[in-house]
Amino acid sequence: MERPAWAPRSIDISVPSVSRMYDYYLGGSHNFEVDREAARRAMEFMPGLPKIMQANRAFMRRAVRYAASQGVTQFLDIGSGIPTFGNVHEVAQAARPGARVVYVDHDPVAVAHSQAVLEANDDAGVVAADLRKPQEILRSPEVERLIDLNQPVALLLVAILHFVEDEDDPYGAVAELREALAPGSLLVLTHASYEGIPLPPERAGGAVDVYEGIRNPLIMRSREEIARFFEGYDMVEPGLVAMPRWRPDTATEDEDPYAFSGFAGVGRTA
Amino acid sequence: MTAEPDGPEDRLRRFATIWSRAVFPVTSTSSTRTEFEAHLLPLARRLSEALLARAFDSDAGRAVGAALVDAHCTDPEALSRTLDCVDAYLVLYCGGDGDQEDLRARCARLQHAMAAGFARALRERTLAEQEAIAQAALKAQGVVAQALHASEARFRAVFEGAAIGIGMADLDGNILQVNGALLRMFGVSDQTLRSRNVREWTHPDDAPQTWRLYDELVRGDREHYHLEKAFYRPDGTVLWTNLTVSLLRDADGEPQYQLALMEDTTERRLLNLRLRYEATHDALTGLPNRTFFFERLEKALGAGEGQRFGLCYLDLDGFKTINDSLGHAAGDRLLVEVADRLQSCATAPGEMVARLGGDEFVALTTGPDTAGDVDELAGRIMNALLAPISVDGRELTVRGSIGIVEGPAGERSPAEVLRSADITMYRAKSAGGNRFELADPEADARAITRHGLTTALPTALERGEFFIEYQPLVHLGDGSVRGAEALVRWLHPQHGVLGPDRFIPLAEHTGLIVPLGRWVLEQSVRQAREWRELQGGAEAVGPLRINVNLSPCQLTHPGLVQDTVDILERAGVEPDALCLEVTESALIGADDDLLKPLRRLAEMGVDIALDDFGTGYSNLANLRRLPVSILKLDRSFTQSMQQFPADPVDLKIVEGIVSLAHSLDLAVTVEGVETGAQADQLRILGCDTAQGWYYARPGPPERLHELALVDATG
Repeated sequence: MERPAWAPRSIDISVPSVSRMYDYYLGGSHNFEVDREAARRAMEFMPGLPKIMQANRAFMRRAVRYAASQGVTQFLDIGSGIPTFGNVHEVAQAARPGARVVYVDHDPVAVAHSQAVLEANDDAGVVAADLRKPQEILRSPEVERLIDLNQPVALLLVAILHFVEDEDDPYGAVAELREALAPGSLLVLTHASYEGIPLPPERAGGAVDVYEGIRNPLIMRSREEIARFFEGYDMVEPGLVAMPRWRPDTATEDEDPYAFSGFAGVGRTA
Repeated sequence: MTAEPDGPEDRLRRFATIWSRAVFPVTSTSSTRTEFEAHLLPLARRLSEALLARAFDSDAGRAVGAALVDAHCTDPEALSRTLDCVDAYLVLYCGGDGDQEDLRARCARLQHAMAAGFARALRERTLAEQEAIAQAALKAQGVVAQALHASEARFRAVFEGAAIGIGMADLDGNILQVNGALLRMFGVSDQTLRSRNVREWTHPDDAPQTWRLYDELVRGDREHYHLEKAFYRPDGTVLWTNLTVSLLRDADGEPQYQLALMEDTTERRLLNLRLRYEATHDALTGLPNRTFFFERLEKALGAGEGQRFGLCYLDLDGFKTINDSLGHAAGDRLLVEVADRLQSCATAPGEMVARLGGDEFVALTTGPDTAGDVDELAGRIMNALLAPISVDGRELTVRGSIGIVEGPAGERSPAEVLRSADITMYRAKSAGGNRFELADPEADARAITRHGLTTALPTALERGEFFIEYQPLVHLGDGSVRGAEALVRWLHPQHGVLGPDRFIPLAEHTGLIVPLGRWVLEQSVRQAREWRELQGGAEAVGPLRINVNLSPCQLTHPGLVQDTVDILERAGVEPDALCLEVTESALIGADDDLLKPLRRLAEMGVDIALDDFGTGYSNLANLRRLPVSILKLDRSFTQSMQQFPADPVDLKIVEGIVSLAHSLDLAVTVEGVETGAQADQLRILGCDTAQGWYYARPGPPERLHELALVDATG
């Protein structure tokens, strides 16, 4: 296998990985002690972190189903992380047999695991690439093989943009991806924010510091800042809202308060 | 499926709802509550069936426990809540009206089995996932390792294939790794090179800062340095490099290694040296040239206190003759041999020999004791020239004249020193050559004046610094002014008015006499015409004649006759208004070729006077064939007549000469007449005309006119 330009010089599993921490929050065992240790430290500040992840998963599931209901059969999930239950391809292919899914991540372990999971699935593929270099994603063999950019695509940026610092121009990257999408494409996005967290920001800040400490800064953005990612998209009802409030299947009052942290939304290209 | 209210099915559902409510908050499923409850319903049904089955089998419990894990209820709390729920509600909702004790026992056993099933499934899942992630990490590492390997292979190719020499050493100077280019530069094997220590690589040409920079680098005080450095190759040859050394630090910033990049500049350096050599050496003899010599002389003269210099300036005697007679090739071979011999004379440190050009060489010695050294050096040079030099089978004897300048550093400029040496060399040459002379300031000053006048002559003519004075020629019989001798003067900007004795020999020497003589002739002839015009009809005394001196050089100049004719014609003056004075010495032994132009001029009507008659060996018999019409007696004859009474022998001689001259139809003019007695005596002796201070000193042309008018009216 060719070593992609972005790939790290070495895999250091003694350094926590956000995707394996995510897996740990979701009760998985695709993680190492360093990941669990970091996740537990973050949870000391925000015990409800797993609920936020769970809400992300639930929102993504609803959004994928929504996209499928809108006739979208192609899915590009950037920042897919460690595949676990309720993956995009499972949901999408359940709703629309033959739906095509490309997962993108820059964590080589997550990519390697995804490849193992998807080995038998001809309609799904994995790309090792970085959101900060959209052209590498768009021109990857897997995207070329599975996705027809002349047809609508559901672009999933779930719980990833809050790991891209402003100096790396996340807005530019999102815009560049939008440019490549056919009309009728959907942007499915969630983003961390201090807004909605049932804790004082100082306390939530402790968890943010943990991410800072593992050299994976978590960029908390305001609703307004997050809304800017949808520039060039028409917001799908109900707009940019807390995750449980986006087209819920059941009453939201039973939801855990942490599930309302951050924002989720879906936009459609004109 | 419809459920009868409070029927078994309805009760089963109510149990599933309670179960779902208890467990959902601790699951991490992405399913909704409804979906999750729907997922639990079949599990509840299995438990219910197991509870009521005729033959009890706890397997159902194990299966349900495992199913919980499959539904992503991996949190142990989910099991705890499940068991609480089963314990409290399973018999109640699903037990029907069976034996309560038996149902409770079965329920307990189902819980045990569920716990076991859950634990086993969770363990399996955990192990599987751990295995999967470990595999993924390994695979990813493999990919990266492979990429690293490829990348390292590329780097190795760069390292090995680089044209530049690359070497790595630890901070103690032990050489760890070098590339092929570096080995080729040094011409050694990898093993040999790696057994060396960087510190051993000293070279005499190392710049002073070389090893200080090195020490700073290995101490970690410097990140890199760059310099030109020479190395000895094992075969003793020298490798010159452009060297860049960088400090390599580890991830924590601690100095670890030193990396050297070196470019072989030996060839380029050699080329530079050769170009420098060619620019500073004489192509014929290989000796340092003028440029190089001046550099060294400048350095010697700029040396500190207590330092002296000695310079020998050598010019071969008669080299021009050798060149002219044997040809330049022979001359060149002679110079090469001379150069070799000179080279062997100056072998001590601080000594050098250079060729300035032509047959001029210099030898320089420097140091504190050059006063003695330079004499010895000059002596060695003279000795070296003693043995004849064989050129083209001829044994040529070469002699030279050397001018020596010796003195302390820091007083004179190179140009001054060289000029002094040049002058001194000429002094040696004028003294007969084949000797050396030591510079002396007085002689220098004289020579410098002479030298200065010589170089100033050509521009002096252009700038009109020459002028002419006229000394009247008086007829002894009637005392009338018959003409004048033109005498050229130089109004030198620094030295004032200079007489012809100061510069005519120099002009002769440089050949400037020809244009200068022509100028004098032009001026004089023009003056003669002016006088004639002023004289008007005063024909009584005949036309005023102008006497102009001809130097030997002019005499042999092929344009003499034509120039004279042209000048006379341009001025509109008859040839009989002109008398050319030629010295007796210039005509001694003159052959017909030399006399031909004079004859032509005489035939045209120009008078020819034999000047300074009686000073040389006067071949009286020869007088007959010379085209002269006037004899000018040298002033030495008249000097004796200043005394009274005059020396009778002198009188007899003059009388004899006059008598002889008259018998040959020659007029006699006397010079240097200073007293009336002299004039009377000369008139009695039969002399025709006279000039001297008694009549008039040389002066501006107006004076003569006044005298002539006085004459004419008096």
